[in-house]
Amino acid sequence: MSAALETRGLCKSFGALTVADRIDFRLESGARHALIGPNGAGKTTFVNLLTGLLRPSSGTVLLGGEDVTALAQSGRVKRGLGRTFQINTLFRDMSVLDNVALGVAERHGVAGGFWRPASGQRAVREESLELLARLGIADEAGRRVLDLPYGKQRLVEIAIALGLKPRVLLLDEPAAGVPSLESERILQALDSLPEDIAILIIEHDMDLVFRFARRITVLVQGEVLCEGTPQEIADDVRVHQVYLGERHA
Amino acid sequence: MNHPVGYNADHRLRWTEWLPWVVALAVFFLLPDYLSLGARVLTYILFALSLDLILGYAGIITLGHAAFFGLGAYVTGILSAKLGVNDPLLQMLCSACAAGLLGLATGALVLRTHGLTQLMLTLAVAAVCLEVANKATPVTGGADGLSGVTVAPILGLFRFDMYGRTAYLWCLVLVFGGWWLIRRLIYSPFGAALTGIRENSVRMHAVGAPVYKRLLTVYTLSAAIAGIAGALLTQTNQFVGLNVLGFEPSGELLVMLILGGVGRLYGAFVGPLVFLIAQDFLARQFPEYWYFGIGLMLVVVVLFARGGILGISDAVIARMRRKA
Repeated sequence: MSAALETRGLCKSFGALTVADRIDFRLESGARHALIGPNGAGKTTFVNLLTGLLRPSSGTVLLGGEDVTALAQSGRVKRGLGRTFQINTLFRDMSVLDNVALGVAERHGVAGGFWRPASGQRAVREESLELLARLGIADEAGRRVLDLPYGKQRLVEIAIALGLKPRVLLLDEPAAGVPSLESERILQALDSLPEDIAILIIEHDMDLVFRFARRITVLVQGEVLCEGTPQEIADDVRVHQVYLGERHA
Repeated sequence: MNHPVGYNADHRLRWTEWLPWVVALAVFFLLPDYLSLGARVLTYILFALSLDLILGYAGIITLGHAAFFGLGAYVTGILSAKLGVNDPLLQMLCSACAAGLLGLATGALVLRTHGLTQLMLTLAVAAVCLEVANKATPVTGGADGLSGVTVAPILGLFRFDMYGRTAYLWCLVLVFGGWWLIRRLIYSPFGAALTGIRENSVRMHAVGAPVYKRLLTVYTLSAAIAGIAGALLTQTNQFVGLNVLGFEPSGELLVMLILGGVGRLYGAFVGPLVFLIAQDFLARQFPEYWYFGIGLMLVVVVLFARGGILGISDAVIARMRRKA
């Protein structure tokens, strides 16, 4: 069976700087997979290569077995690839509902309609509200995003991605910058995500990684150092040297 | 009110939205001496509406919107003065199509860029259009302009009279049509998507929106509306000069819209009204220094009222509500 998401020999260089070096990676369907690595390991670059924000220098990206390397972002989204951003990338001056509805409307194929009012799009509105309710922020639907506390903005970040009904979801540091009190809510949200979505999480917070992930890939200087279960990774000497070693020394 | 658009918005007409039309009709009946100034204001309102659509809603920065306005003006002028096509509707249609095509062609390039590059490219497009009109003397009249424009009665029924009554109402009808179209558009899912692109184009890409296609669509539409405004100017003045093209009218339009308030739909009504009346008044009182007055107004608005005149009125109303 083909993986939900797969890369073969994925490379990306900016001039002499190689930020992704022959990455072979498989994300199985329904996976809870974490990508970790020290700062500057190329984690976010890897995500951008997967989504199509960046074009690889060489190598292929396969989504559900289909080669999507040549596809732009919108094409990959239509094939079930959703993402969140490490730094909030929201429609700040719009309502929480609109933030989610914009993506939902694209998926429903009604976002290009220019004659009938948006507020008449019942299905889009209801689905967006339902999603907000699932993440526990339905009460904020009418508020402007920039008036929300940061932790809730991070939930909106996840809600937008879920609105795309992805089969593969890339979470780029979902709890980044959130005080630990609020990060519990984000963890709960992550735990409640549908089982059939394949999730790749990029995270610095090791507690979160070991609690959430069932498989871990370690990326160092654009290369895959190793991959395994959380236990294997925790026991791996090389990982301790390049990564955990710095923290536990 | 700053109009919130999108899936939460109430798209029904508020009573305040009828005010511009009541005022416009009142001017027609009560101030017959000012109809030519009124037609000019209406023309610029339509032009400013087209700019607000791309600048205020889609976030496309431009200093070259006069390229489309000017092209529309020249197409109508050339049709009448050189080719003898005097039907106002046909002139209007040709102007809209020509400006729309230019919008599509230049937009295909301009909209691939952002920020300052985009600004410079729009400026370049307008400068090229100005130079073409300047050099193509046999067709455009060059620096002398194009006179001898005649306009046949609208639908064969309504003759353009010397008091400017028909011209005024003709402008009013087209502004109403343009407003209606643009208003529907900004409350639609398409309008919400444009606002999304303005707010965060990176995220719009990430939710699968065809960002470039959306921008090109709205840019073309806006260009066509600007072309109609240009045609109106020619029809009501029966003359076209180089002053409809280039940086200066583009910049002036931007000043009008900023004065009124960007991204509010009705800023495009208030801005040209205040600007052109001030210009008319100041040019008569202080023929040499009138630009000083305009400049002063702009400085005050930009320093103290980023939302323009409508932004000020919003703030005043909000304060009164709080006290009440």
